[in-house]
Amino acid sequence: MSTAKFPNSAAIAGVYEHPSRFSPNKTEFQIMAECAKGALDDAGLTREDVDGLFGASMSMGMMGIVDLAEYLDVRPDYLDGTNIGGSSFVSHVTHAAAAIHAGLCSTALVLYGSTAASNAMAIGTGGTDGSKNPDTAFSAPYGMTTVGSYAMYANLHMSKYGTSSEQLAEIAVTMRRHAGLNPLAKMRTPITVDDVLESRLISRPLHLLDCCIISDGGGAVVVTSLERAKDLRTKPVHLLGCGEAVQHQGVGDSDLLTIAAKQSGQAAMEMAGIKHSDVDFAMVYDSFTITVLATLENLGFCEPGEGGDFVSNGGIGLGGPLPVNPDGGGLSSNHPGMRGIFLVIEAAKQLRGECGDRQVTGAEIAIAHGTGGTIGDKHSGATLVLGTDR
Amino acid sequence: MNSITHPSPYASWETRGFWEGAGRDELVLQKCNTCELIQHRPRGVCAHCLDSSGLVHFVASGRGSIYSYTVTEQNQAKGFAEACPYIMAYVTLDEGPRLLTVIVDCEPDAVEIGVSVVADFVSQERDDDERFAIPVFRLV
Ligand SMILES: [Zn+2]
Repeated sequence: MSTAKFPNSAAIAGVYEHPSRFSPNKTEFQIMAECAKGALDDAGLTREDVDGLFGASMSMGMMGIVDLAEYLDVRPDYLDGTNIGGSSFVSHVTHAAAAIHAGLCSTALVLYGSTAASNAMAIGTGGTDGSKNPDTAFSAPYGMTTVGSYAMYANLHMSKYGTSSEQLAEIAVTMRRHAGLNPLAKMRTPITVDDVLESRLISRPLHLLDCCIISDGGGAVVVTSLERAKDLRTKPVHLLGCGEAVQHQGVGDSDLLTIAAKQSGQAAMEMAGIKHSDVDFAMVYDSFTITVLATLENLGFCEPGEGGDFVSNGGIGLGGPLPVNPDGGGLSSNHPGMRGIFLVIEAAKQLRGECGDRQVTGAEIAIAHGTGGTIGDKHSGATLVLGTDR
Repeated sequence: MNSITHPSPYASWETRGFWEGAGRDELVLQKCNTCELIQHRPRGVCAHCLDSSGLVHFVASGRGSIYSYTVTEQNQAKGFAEACPYIMAYVTLDEGPRLLTVIVDCEPDAVEIGVSVVADFVSQERDDDERFAIPVFRLV
């Protein structure tokens, strides 16, 4: 029996990112199954080793995780279909580590798959039609959109701190530069700040190029005990800290600029016992440019209001003080509806030193933060601190 | 720009007070007489007491200021697509709570964070006996 303390009793033993960005002839579950194979092969494990199943998708509802188990013909000892939006998979890794630490399962598979692009989903600008849904009863009558919610966050930030559209554009430009180094990325042609500012406005102040792309895709992560991971095919990625949080409108009195990342990030970093200066790179959910700025401020990498300067002048680029999303992120690599799993996959690959042209030099400690839902309305946040065996 | 065709609100017994109040041209909020909390969105209980014994509706001033906003240039949803660009905003009411709304009769460039606004009510045509309206806001 391991004497390791949580969280450093579990590790990521295998990862796989589906290479496709457009899969009109595949289903969500097929993509998940292909990813499961990829991640298990990566770990040197098989389907029979899996006794914990974790997953969520745009269409999985009640019984979704049971449907997925049937599709894969697995009968795991532990199931978790938590769906808190795009951050779900970051959260699944935490839940898997906890279940493994508690002895409830030994090898967990975390899965995501989506055909958002080939279904032609209007994810950001499809308004809510749910006047009857208690959840949207007070937003549907007012034409709330996902991008509109983020745009209200951005406008408030600009008004309070003088943050500019140029500074937000720098984030999109940096993500595109990173994508140019990632052979799998969907959008690889470099863009400039002017390109972003000249792209059409979707919801002011956010332009088309401030918004993530829509792709198909999927991914898988294998989590197992650190002890077991040490005997497997690939170098274990240690789980050093984790945290989860929610933020919402409360009774109509919450501070819009304080997002869940503040609470979950602090918890994860305290658990890991690290300082901001220890972090070599960050994987940040980049649904929109403003999401990156908001997350970096709330994680404490800069003071509130200083995010605009922080992301400018190469601050979040490869070779800069805190490289963010070396894969090109959701803004340029892939965004199949829910992106959290790719934050974990890229973090693990970087920590294993497998990223070629986009490799972060000396990557030993990573922070990954997923946002689910919308920061201008209500959302979840999940943070992981991951590291190499130092 | 065309005006928005709002989806008709659905009144559960929890939210009925708000939509019915709007039908009388009143902005109705909930207050808990046990703990003094004023809450929006409406609920069947006071969110802090977790019971309904002290919960009452009251007519708010309908006045507030813009907390943040966005000029929506693209929304495929029915009733809104034709109305783009429209101004969606959070308004902080004088009574405290913030609510999501739209700002009407205002050029997109004329709106600013912090400016004062007042409620107006867009009546809903319905095929039942309900008399509901959608509270919207305009610059003072
Ligand atoms: Zn109360």
